[in-house]
Amino acid sequence: MLDILKYFKPKELKKSLLISLWFMILTFPIMVIKVNTIENTVLWRWGSLVGMGIGSFIMATLWRYLLERKNMQNPLSNKKTLQMKVIDWANANPKVKPVLLIAISLFIVSFPFITSMYQTSIMTTALMYIVLGLGLNIVVGLGGLLHLGYAAFYAVGAYTYALLNYHFGLSFWICLPIGAGLATIMGILLAIPVLRLRGDYLAIVTLGFGEVIRIVLENWNALSFGPSGIANIPRPGFFGMHMKLQTATIYIYFIMIAMVVFTIFVVRRLENSRMGRAWIAMREDEIASESMGIDITKSKITTFAIGAFFAGMVGVIFAAKTTFINPASFTLWESLMILCVVVIGGTGSIVGVIVGAFILILLPEYLRAFSEYRMLLFGALLVIMMVFRPGGIISNIRKKYKFEPTKESSNASQKGAE
Amino acid sequence: MDLHYFFELFVGGLTRGSIYALIALGYTMVYGIIQLINFAHGEIYMIGAFTALIIASALSFTGMNPVIIFLIATILAIFFSSAYGVTMEKIAYKPLRGSQRLSALISAIGMSMFLQNYVLLAQTSDFLPFPNLVPNFKFLKPIENIISSTSFLILVSTAVVMILLTYLIKFTKTGKAMRATSQDAKMAQLLGINISRIISITFIIGSATAALGGVLISTHIGQLNFYIGYIAGIKAFVAAVLGGIGSIPGAVLGSFVLGWTESFGTGYISSDYEDVFAFLFLIIILIFRPSGILGRPENKKV
Repeated sequence: MLDILKYFKPKELKKSLLISLWFMILTFPIMVIKVNTIENTVLWRWGSLVGMGIGSFIMATLWRYLLERKNMQNPLSNKKTLQMKVIDWANANPKVKPVLLIAISLFIVSFPFITSMYQTSIMTTALMYIVLGLGLNIVVGLGGLLHLGYAAFYAVGAYTYALLNYHFGLSFWICLPIGAGLATIMGILLAIPVLRLRGDYLAIVTLGFGEVIRIVLENWNALSFGPSGIANIPRPGFFGMHMKLQTATIYIYFIMIAMVVFTIFVVRRLENSRMGRAWIAMREDEIASESMGIDITKSKITTFAIGAFFAGMVGVIFAAKTTFINPASFTLWESLMILCVVVIGGTGSIVGVIVGAFILILLPEYLRAFSEYRMLLFGALLVIMMVFRPGGIISNIRKKYKFEPTKESSNASQKGAE
Repeated sequence: MDLHYFFELFVGGLTRGSIYALIALGYTMVYGIIQLINFAHGEIYMIGAFTALIIASALSFTGMNPVIIFLIATILAIFFSSAYGVTMEKIAYKPLRGSQRLSALISAIGMSMFLQNYVLLAQTSDFLPFPNLVPNFKFLKPIENIISSTSFLILVSTAVVMILLTYLIKFTKTGKAMRATSQDAKMAQLLGINISRIISITFIIGSATAALGGVLISTHIGQLNFYIGYIAGIKAFVAAVLGGIGSIPGAVLGSFVLGWTESFGTGYISSDYEDVFAFLFLIIILIFRPSGILGRPENKKV
């Protein structure tokens, strides 16, 4: 086995030292020199150079150790991963599953009552990202189409509710299906021109589409009130009852729970349906699946449409939750964030997306202690996560059919051999 | 139609296009060799511009000759950007070679966030003025209204870089190795090409041209902050795809087309929708030519 002590031998120490020296040179102009262009003075911050040197020395040692450890694991070895062990254990003890489900649902239901309103609100956001992640997962994870403009559909949903409410006073529950429907139509409209595109060309066109929607919202003042956005969007009503802020927060939380359950149900059913299997086949190989009789055009349009449907739905809820929307909420970063939820969690897997959403939304919230450093840490974390676990936290284990010879068949084959 | 206005927009588009071309080269070369959309490339451009600003400001307090300061700042900016490019590749992309492409993309997004916030925290979030270092060329006096000294500098530098790069790729051994790697990395390795070295060189060249673009545009516009890499990166990426990603002449052509589209679109139609023109044009081109203007149609096989 590999020993971390190995990295304290002179040869390795020298290597780490060289790396830290390299980083000291690399970060010199930006970390050390700071110019004040108003008073025309230069501030030399030598302290940060020393810090950089020590920090990068430790990081370099650790990094090389972890990387080597990762590379030593043979990908073809039959050693079971932790995840597989858990699954095997759950299969071996069938009674665990219902108990666990009840425990989780009890926790979810009691969550807003045992914690503060702030926590409930964050949790609602995380739940929204679960639905968004699951929706994008249909396009990226199942359909294999890289989609970088997903936030546009989210925006369509949010603006549908905000504008219909502003102009016609329509309620949340009427706007929910309308928003989802409009987003679906947008999804189809986007899917038709990009049918012929593949891979990165598709990625850039979807990115462009997302940006176009955002810029139009920003500049078309007559329609969308421009960058200042729309305020005072009503929260969802409950048979015309007037609710306090706290009750409303809890109410939205439960609406979101229902939405997540609905989404998981739909996605699970879709995944194993004829359509879902067609998507997976398309992801694996477009031409091969086409030659097996799968209608690629239909598959592509349905992935985009259904993916957009969920985004539109969450968009309506987002508008109702925050009561204020403006185009700045729907930038490319938003799309990339949702993509990160899918990939970090584990592309194609429902549990993975849920875990990914919790990590990506809750982590920055709890990183607030580091306030200004949190985006820096977040970026670093994305890189580290991908380097050490490129398949995501929970990878999608596909159903495998094992051939296990029964006694009769093995006897029969032996007889045949005789 | 006002001819003078037309030429102004034409040169404006050409200048823009040149900067896009300098950034897009890095995208397209990296893509050609490791099939990765390097989302952090815009950040390298920003770091180049920032380094130049820091060094140029620090030196200009000493009262040196502006032209010499400009040269020193540019050379150092190119050096540091290339160093950042190579380091980034070693940390964030090399360990991911051979795994899913989506993972590498997320890694690139993470790197981009990291570098942006790194500059934000180590320096400032304010716009900083870039010292005025480029002298007014006397021979440009008669056409001063159409082409300024800085745009002239941008055009000339871009032309020189293109010529050097064409020479490098077409006529040197390294260039040959790069072309071989982009065609088939595994086969190139079997024939004794050091792939890791070629990838590093690609990152160095890409980062160097991006840094040059960053320095030039900063002198042209006169100010910058940590966020400039984001939109420039996306635009250059659009340009690279427009021309056919992976193809170097395609990236240059795509950049000029994009520059003109934006310039004429904002000049004659509306300046609010500058980015919309770029993206709509891209979408229209890709509908009719799914692999870009000069891109080779992908060989489809099972």
